Amino acid sequence: MKNNMTKTTPLDAMEQTTGVPTEENQIAIDANIEAIYYGKFRAVRQSHVPIRKGEITGFIGPSGCGKSTVLRSLNRMNDLIPTFKMKGHVHFMGQDIYDPAIDPVVVRRHIGMVFQQPNPFAMSIYDNVAFGLKINRFKGDVNQRVEEALREAALWDEVKDKLHSSGLALSGGQQQRLCIARAIAPNPTVLLMDEPCSALDPIATRKVEKLMHELKKHYTVAIVTHNMQQAQRVADTTAFFSVDISDGERCGYLVEMGKTEELFEDPKQELTRKYIRGEFS
Amino acid sequence: MGASETLPMTATGEINAAIIPDLRRKRMERRSFLDTLFTLGLWGIAAIGAIPLFSVLYMLITKGGARLSLDLFTQLPPAGFMQGGGFGNAIVGTIVMVGVACVIAVPLGICGGVLTGAMAPKSKTAKVVRFIGKVMSGFPSILAGVFTYAWLVVGLKTYSALAGGVALSILMLPIVLLTAEQAVAMVPKRMKDAAYGMGCTHTQVILKVVLPASLPSILTGIMLGIARAAGESAPLLFTALFSNYWMRGLMEPTASLSILIYNFSGMPFPNQIELAWAASLVLVLIVFTFNILSRILGRPKY
Ligand SMILES: Nc1ncnc2c1ncn2[C@@H]1O[C@H](COP(=O)(O)OP(=O)(O)OP(=O)(O)O)[C@@H](O)[C@H]1O
Ligand SMILES: [Mg+2]
Repeated sequence: MKNNMTKTTPLDAMEQTTGVPTEENQIAIDANIEAIYYGKFRAVRQSHVPIRKGEITGFIGPSGCGKSTVLRSLNRMNDLIPTFKMKGHVHFMGQDIYDPAIDPVVVRRHIGMVFQQPNPFAMSIYDNVAFGLKINRFKGDVNQRVEEALREAALWDEVKDKLHSSGLALSGGQQQRLCIARAIAPNPTVLLMDEPCSALDPIATRKVEKLMHELKKHYTVAIVTHNMQQAQRVADTTAFFSVDISDGERCGYLVEMGKTEELFEDPKQELTRKYIRGEFS
Repeated sequence: MGASETLPMTATGEINAAIIPDLRRKRMERRSFLDTLFTLGLWGIAAIGAIPLFSVLYMLITKGGARLSLDLFTQLPPAGFMQGGGFGNAIVGTIVMVGVACVIAVPLGICGGVLTGAMAPKSKTAKVVRFIGKVMSGFPSILAGVFTYAWLVVGLKTYSALAGGVALSILMLPIVLLTAEQAVAMVPKRMKDAAYGMGCTHTQVILKVVLPASLPSILTGIMLGIARAAGESAPLLFTALFSNYWMRGLMEPTASLSILIYNFSGMPFPNQIELAWAASLVLVLIVFTFNILSRILGRPKY
């Protein structure tokens, strides 16, 4: 699968884990967060968030509870924020990605990201999708891979006649699907999506949701969403986060996590029940 | 008059939907009248501002246009009392010296702009570089010449195209640097985030995303810098000096259009004065071309 990577990274080596599917190797990313800080502010406290392989994991919770913070810590995107500090371990293919020996740049090549606002580069549609292939020195047929990625992102038919026109001249929904195509072109193992539909209309949203069902055949997906119906529609597993304001600070944490139907029908925590019913203050 | 501008409200303050407001334009109303007055006033001021520009152009075309011919580009400047001639060597000299200035100012300016605009906008180095850029952009051009004279001409013991180019680069550098900084800083953060999210290193983010996205604006800055440098005479006065011959190398006194205009316009010979006009026209055309190029290249591609 990683035929596009020329140099073998320690992460690649770990992919040869074979054998019987135990509970252990059903987990793509195992995040054992002790605490995440922005400067002195503790944004997230003790939370264990396992992301299961080949599934869609949804993150829900009130605004400011740290969903984005947790998601962005899964591929070390938060390292770009100077005040960010992470305590804990995030295991990806048997390695702790916060180990000082790990190169965050390589981590991000294996764990791709789609952002809340569509953010295509100021390049042609084709160059946007080919971008990840170029930086990974992809050896195969670039044209073919670009087409595949655009098809996987359900955008091919809309753009096949204007591949060399600007990626910025597409509609919001098309731009977001372009960003998804760009993220999957280099064949990442995991795809992180932070509210990918919040800038989209209902029709485009449905398209992206349908697309996510397709994506999970090839990728492990973690998605933040504000929309509980969306979580129910797309997520296999749902993680509910909340904010603890008891000790005077606003600290986010994982309240509970489980199979989506179970979590929505029979939550174990009172807080989850309240949030799902919309009785949340 | 006043009544029609307010919404028809009842005594209680509710908007009364029964009264249909008159939405038509009322020409003689105070507001429309003032609007027209201001518009006309602005056009008038713009026209007055354009008079000097167009009169200069008119003069250049009438006085310099008559001599416009291939000879200007292929012949050397004539000595006193001689007829004909041209200033091919001065055109070459100007192009070469502006080229030298570009070789120095463009890479330095872009690197400086990337540093202050994208890599570390808040760092001490960036603050110093930005400050130097701003000071240099207000630097009197004659001082650029004096400075280069003191360092290069005295050091190398000769007037030269190299010294001329260096003096021009001092004027070009701040223009390129400050426009590059602005252009680079304008690249949206989310575009950079996308690149980091793809697994780009800092260098790749700058080379593959930030620079391509800001290239049109950077090119505009370069073209404006070239236009400025090509028209300057003061910095060349004691760096490149002048020469009546074709240039053979960078290390000898070299002719330039601006100095030729300066020299010939003060001469008592009608032929030289005509040539000075023609040279002015050619110089304006060169500057004009680069201004237009900056417009064309400055158009974002995507
Ligand atoms: N770059 C940052 N610097 C400092 N504090 C931050 C930063 N980003 C987020 N925070 C803080 O961390 C907490 C969690 O933020 P986060 O963005 O993860 O919340 P969220 O659950 O994604 O919220 P939303 O649903 O509104 O997107 C918030 O209190 C926020 O103010
Ligand atoms: Mg968020």
